[in-house]
Amino acid sequence: MRTMKLSELEVSGKCRIVKVTGERAIKKRLLEMGFVKGTELYVEKVAPLGDPMELVLKGYHLSLRREEANDVQVERMQGG
Amino acid sequence: MSTQALKAKNWVAEDKKKILKVGLCGNPNSGKSCIFNELTGGNQHVGNWAGVTVEKKIGHANFGPYQIEFVDLPGTYSLTAYSMEEIVARDYIIKERPDVVVNVVDSTNLDRNLYLTTQLIELGARAVIALNMSDEAEHKGLSVDKELLAKLLGMPVVSMVGNRGIGFQELLKEIVAVAEKEEPVSRHLHINYGIEVEEEIRKIQAEMRKDPALTAAYSTRWLSVKLLEHDGSIKEHIQKTSANAQGILEQLEKSHKHIETILHEESEILLADRRYGFIKGLLLEVFHEKAAGRRSLSDKIDKIVTNRLLGIPILVGFLWLMFQTTFKLGAYPMDWIDSGVGLLATFLNGVMPEGLLKALVVDGIVSGVGGVLVFLPNILILFFFISLFEDTGYMARAAFIMDRIMHTLGLHGKSFIPMVMGFGCNVPAIMAARALENKSDRMLTILINPLVSCSARLPVYILLAGAFFPQQAGNLIFGIYVTGLVLAILVGQLFRRTIFKGETAPFVMELPPYRWPLFKSVMIHMWEKGSVFVRKVGGTILAASVIIWFLSAFPRNVDYSMDFDRAIAQTKTRYEAKIATSVGAAQKRKSAEAMMAEVSGIKARKEKERVSKSYAGHLGQWIEPVIRPLGFDWRGGIALITGIAAKEIVVSTFGVLYQVGGDAAADSEGLREALRKEMTPLSALAFMFFTLIYIPCIGTLGVMYRELGSLKWTLFAVGYSLGLAWVVAFLIFQGGRFLGFGT
Repeated sequence: MRTMKLSELEVSGKCRIVKVTGERAIKKRLLEMGFVKGTELYVEKVAPLGDPMELVLKGYHLSLRREEANDVQVERMQGG
Repeated sequence: MSTQALKAKNWVAEDKKKILKVGLCGNPNSGKSCIFNELTGGNQHVGNWAGVTVEKKIGHANFGPYQIEFVDLPGTYSLTAYSMEEIVARDYIIKERPDVVVNVVDSTNLDRNLYLTTQLIELGARAVIALNMSDEAEHKGLSVDKELLAKLLGMPVVSMVGNRGIGFQELLKEIVAVAEKEEPVSRHLHINYGIEVEEEIRKIQAEMRKDPALTAAYSTRWLSVKLLEHDGSIKEHIQKTSANAQGILEQLEKSHKHIETILHEESEILLADRRYGFIKGLLLEVFHEKAAGRRSLSDKIDKIVTNRLLGIPILVGFLWLMFQTTFKLGAYPMDWIDSGVGLLATFLNGVMPEGLLKALVVDGIVSGVGGVLVFLPNILILFFFISLFEDTGYMARAAFIMDRIMHTLGLHGKSFIPMVMGFGCNVPAIMAARALENKSDRMLTILINPLVSCSARLPVYILLAGAFFPQQAGNLIFGIYVTGLVLAILVGQLFRRTIFKGETAPFVMELPPYRWPLFKSVMIHMWEKGSVFVRKVGGTILAASVIIWFLSAFPRNVDYSMDFDRAIAQTKTRYEAKIATSVGAAQKRKSAEAMMAEVSGIKARKEKERVSKSYAGHLGQWIEPVIRPLGFDWRGGIALITGIAAKEIVVSTFGVLYQVGGDAAADSEGLREALRKEMTPLSALAFMFFTLIYIPCIGTLGVMYRELGSLKWTLFAVGYSLGLAWVVAFLIFQGGRFLGFGT
């Protein structure tokens, strides 16, 4: 399946994490927050001004700027 | 046994209680603070961890023959070294070696919460798991096999509902059992990182064992895992202290390369994968979801509160309410404090003998204490709102909504509230910057906060704008506020690109479910903020106000240019003679009024001369060459120096120096008239902008010193604001003159 950037996913789009790249501090923080390979998540909404986005993964809500979501590679899931 | 004997026995027992040290750790929003408050009641002490501005809370509880000291560690998702909070929590567990670590876990979000638990397992900490909010989990149809979880983690597990007082006795029992090594479930286990990684861990451990000092102090497995994760502080520690640093780091380098070639993945990703894999396996066995997840109330609320159209208006509404209540409602208790201090001063004036001590107590100390207390209403009310926002979960939403704007300004969504509150008063606003987890975000927010024009500067603007630009006063004052904001943004951008370069924090922020706030924890939070301010900042403010008072009240015996007292006496005799000879009550009254006017005129001249010959006056004259190019004379200099105590004092100092009296209000026509004779519109304009920017008042400086945790940075704030104020005022005054204004 084709991978894409998490930042490109639209609201209520579902996906599975493939890889987190980017700067070490951010990568590490994302890994700790559960951004490991295979984790499923969906985009709940985006903030009123278009950024950041609100994601739901592992049963909790997280906000992430598009800038950081750029460094997360995902694969889209069906039904999302 | 008689009651007396019983009491005596208890007293002895009290004295011989065994002391246990317990650290409380857990994710943010896991309800850790609530459990801490419930365990320790009002019996807490709040301070800072050594060297960093991270709050340290210690409390005590008695349980049977034990006295337990609880330390509330900062809420963290992990124990790596990427934030001050994590380093503090980790160092406490490694270096202070508590008897037990209580890991508070949110039962509704086990998956992510247990990640921290895997780190405790690695550290080899003796821990108890507090499964908090178990009622919410039950309500959501989630169930956990506690016994099995305990067995698999090697740590006892206690179900709790922190905000309803459920599970505390059992928690205390387990703490004691683990501390006394009587808990059968406790055991030390390893998380398996896979054959390849385990092999590399063993190789690094082997290098470490060549240095017995290192193995004595730490678990080599933990150190190796941390090194493989690129943990900077562990690497540094080994470089600095280990005799075999070279061997260890060479092996580490090889291991990194080996893992990447074989597994095509960086080691830190592999380790996180394995930890989450461990959790997944665990949850498969112990965790059951009965009902399919339905939309919770929290999600429904959030649909409205962070709605595309409604989100911003709702936020503005809440902020308006918070601002108005803090500063408008807060004005009443501030007035009471003012009049209370006034009454005390009058009382002491009456009872104390004339002299230096009286002047020090009444004018220096009492008014200084008043100057500290006057901030309290604002602080208490603001933190009432802030804890309400934090505890309900709204704070994260406010940051979520505003982050787009704040990010373009080089700040974080959470900087928004401190910046807005700065318009009221910078003191509570700077205290509110604690909400920012990242150090450089927090420091930046604190450093630029004084550029947001607080309400104490308004009287200065009203006085000068009213005197020189009566037609445009409103627009001008608005322009000053906007300038402050623009400067804050520019300075923020500049500092972000130079001083705090490359330290941008990722905006990875949890949006916790909405929860009802607990009255008790809101009250405790307010009380903490108020008492920390009085204890830790009050002294600085008091000392600084006494210094400023000293500068303007000394030397006591001024060499007056003429004998004012004699002049007053002469005037009085002259008029009294006149009154005695004049006929009719109207005539007499007129003479009496003329006498009073002349006497107060002489007194004002005397006071002006006294102030200008005081140390502050000398300073004002001494700095005149520096402020001349800005269009200010020595009077402006004195006003600015006394204005460091509190910016509104600039107005009363002008009142004294222009002989209209120290109680002149900002809208005093007499004072405006006098100012118009000495200043030009251009120099007044420069003066207003200088007042906006230069050294924050001592209240702000005191709180900056506390919140920045460094004298160097506080002095830096003074330096940059003075420099910037000078440059802006210079540009206004000289630029205006060059363009032909104000001549």
